Amino acid sequence: MIELDWYLGLSAVLFTIGVIGVLTRKNAIVIFMCAELMLNSVNLTLVSFSAQLGDVHGQILVFFSLCVAAAEAAVGLAIIIAIFRNHLTVDITKINLLRW
Amino acid sequence: MDAYVHLVPWIVLIPLAGFLLNGIAGLASENYRTRESFIGTVSTLAVFIPFVLAAYLFIMMQGDSESASISLFTWIEAGDFSTDIGYRLDQLSLLMTLVVTGVGALIHFYSIGYMAGDEGYWKFFAFMNLFIFAMLNLVLADNMLLLFLGWEGVGLCSYLLIGFWYTDMAKSDAAKKAFLYNRVGDFAFLIAMFMIFQTIGSLRFEDILAGTALFSTDQVFLIGFLILIGATGKSAQIPLFVWLPDAMAGPTSVSALIHAATMVTSGIYVISRLSPLYMQSPELMLVVAVIGAFTAIVAATIALTRYDIKAVLAYSTVSQLGFMFLALGSGAYVAAMFHVVTHAFFKACLFLGSGSVIHAMHHVEHKLHEEGKEAHFDPQDMRFMGGLKEYLPSTYKTFLIATIAIAGIPPLAGFFSKDEILVMTFNAGMGEYGAVYIGLWAVALVTAFLTAFYMFRLTLGIFHGKFRLPEKVPQAAGADKLLHESPFTMTSVLWVLAGLSVVGGFIGIPNFVVATFTGTADVNLLSNWLDRVTLDADLILSKQVEWMLLFGSVVIALAGVFVAFMLYGEKEPESQDRRIATRLGALYQVWNDKYLLDEIYEGAIVRPTVRVSDRVLAVFDMKIIDGFVNFVGSVVQFAGSLLRYFQTGLVQSYAYGIVLGVILVVAMLLFR
Repeated sequence: MIELDWYLGLSAVLFTIGVIGVLTRKNAIVIFMCAELMLNSVNLTLVSFSAQLGDVHGQILVFFSLCVAAAEAAVGLAIIIAIFRNHLTVDITKINLLRW
Repeated sequence: MDAYVHLVPWIVLIPLAGFLLNGIAGLASENYRTRESFIGTVSTLAVFIPFVLAAYLFIMMQGDSESASISLFTWIEAGDFSTDIGYRLDQLSLLMTLVVTGVGALIHFYSIGYMAGDEGYWKFFAFMNLFIFAMLNLVLADNMLLLFLGWEGVGLCSYLLIGFWYTDMAKSDAAKKAFLYNRVGDFAFLIAMFMIFQTIGSLRFEDILAGTALFSTDQVFLIGFLILIGATGKSAQIPLFVWLPDAMAGPTSVSALIHAATMVTSGIYVISRLSPLYMQSPELMLVVAVIGAFTAIVAATIALTRYDIKAVLAYSTVSQLGFMFLALGSGAYVAAMFHVVTHAFFKACLFLGSGSVIHAMHHVEHKLHEEGKEAHFDPQDMRFMGGLKEYLPSTYKTFLIATIAIAGIPPLAGFFSKDEILVMTFNAGMGEYGAVYIGLWAVALVTAFLTAFYMFRLTLGIFHGKFRLPEKVPQAAGADKLLHESPFTMTSVLWVLAGLSVVGGFIGIPNFVVATFTGTADVNLLSNWLDRVTLDADLILSKQVEWMLLFGSVVIALAGVFVAFMLYGEKEPESQDRRIATRLGALYQVWNDKYLLDEIYEGAIVRPTVRVSDRVLAVFDMKIIDGFVNFVGSVVQFAGSLLRYFQTGLVQSYAYGIVLGVILVVAMLLFR
């Protein structure tokens, strides 16, 4: 049986990679994937705590977050495609539509 | 009366429903505004149905019925203070309700014809209904605060209705004047309410009247005096009467409604309602009587010099209201209410009759213009009239009946009520401050003479002699053929009111008249009716004195009529007035200038106020207040101009902010 600490460590590493990816990458799709990575690292934490405590709630929560993530991915990809059609780029530093 | 009191809220709410229907439908739909007969009918019914309800209550109620209250809901609750929207049914409030809805419904019906073709037709009727609603709140309220709501409501409606033709600057100024003069009185009324609450702890009439003994003598005087100031505003007494003559700028049926039946009687009503309080202080009563008597004679003398027929009637109203105050101050509350009722009949008849005359004269002017003749004249000026009795027979007859009634010639309505006031004033002369009251009685007697005189001057000037317009305005030759009687909706109302002016006096025949012949008598219906509600002074005069006073007032009235006939019988009023003016000299000039009251107010109050506002307050407003507001605005603007550089529109820079914030929060949680 692997210790809980290992799971949490892996989750923290994955989350940090996701955060750094979101902050530094320029391609919107890559940023999107990094965000998925963050979500899944949290899912991992939930599942491991769930197993450790013998409580099913954490796993139920994972189902929810997976569903929401799937929906978000569908909407997000649609937005990215729409932006690409208008600007011919998905470089996030060149898209500043929400400026003052 | 408890079994019937549930009808009272309906009496109040039906006019409100009429206002809402006409107001909202008229606002919402252009089409609706043109359906004049429907609007007029709805609006008239909204006053007539309450009248039927009130009449039913009147039949069901006896003179000795207990008063009853009904509370709809709690209106205001704060600390110890609590006020309901509650109505009170007793003899006094029911009498006022009958007058307001009865005469009000007639005036509404008249207006259907009078206002026909006006572009604000729907608005007019909506406002009229609102007026009736406010007035009914005033007379039926069971507490002073609700009364005050109605009090302010009639003030607002008078503003809306007097300024109904608001595109004319003079008319909208008259509306403003009425509104502001009323406000001056209202502030005193408010202070009186605070003082009553301070002592009694409640504003319900029941509690106030039960607790009058709690007030000290000084408090009674002060509270009564403050309410009197409020009443001088509403009921147009010295020093606040100058708004009422201007108030005739509104449509004539509005003048009839305000001057005859509703708003101006509210001061008399409120003092009658609080009669036990007033009776506690003889000094206070004296103040009321003096104000009343002087208003009566001042207004009557001004009325002598007017040519505008509505102005004569307006000053006559002020003068008659003075009579009512004189009655209040003499402890004759029943006589005051009696005069309110009879005055409502004949003054409404006179005003609506003058409306009919103006209608006809307007028509002449209009027709002349259509024929291409440039004839300009004031259709309200009696100098252009004369001889109208052949062309307006119904108007003439009803106008004459009402004139005889107001002049105080028996057995028409005005005679009985005015005689009773004179008797009661003389009666008050037997008690404390007797000499003053006898003096006031003499003033009232002179005023009664003047009333008969100026009213017949008016009637003769309009209807007798020959039609003067063609001589005065050359282009108007042959204009007499254009004169015509008003439509049925107008003349029928005149006839009803004239009928009431004839028989109205019989509700208050003095007991002594019958008692002389039969030993004892109890024929004064009104006095029996109001016995429980108002506290009247005792009549201590002997029958002989009363008969002498009665004959005296008849002789005075007939003398007034006689002199008027001698002077104005078939002659032109203008030249006759000039003869009187040379005979009286400066005195006539003072009357003609309306005692310069408007000028004095203008010079002493209005202009200094305007100057201070201009020089000091406007500067304060622009520099200090505007400056502060602008300063706050520019601080926010400056801060915003700095912060907007953080809004780059780049998602990653925002994400950095979020991550840094999270790290900060986590660090604070870990290392605190």
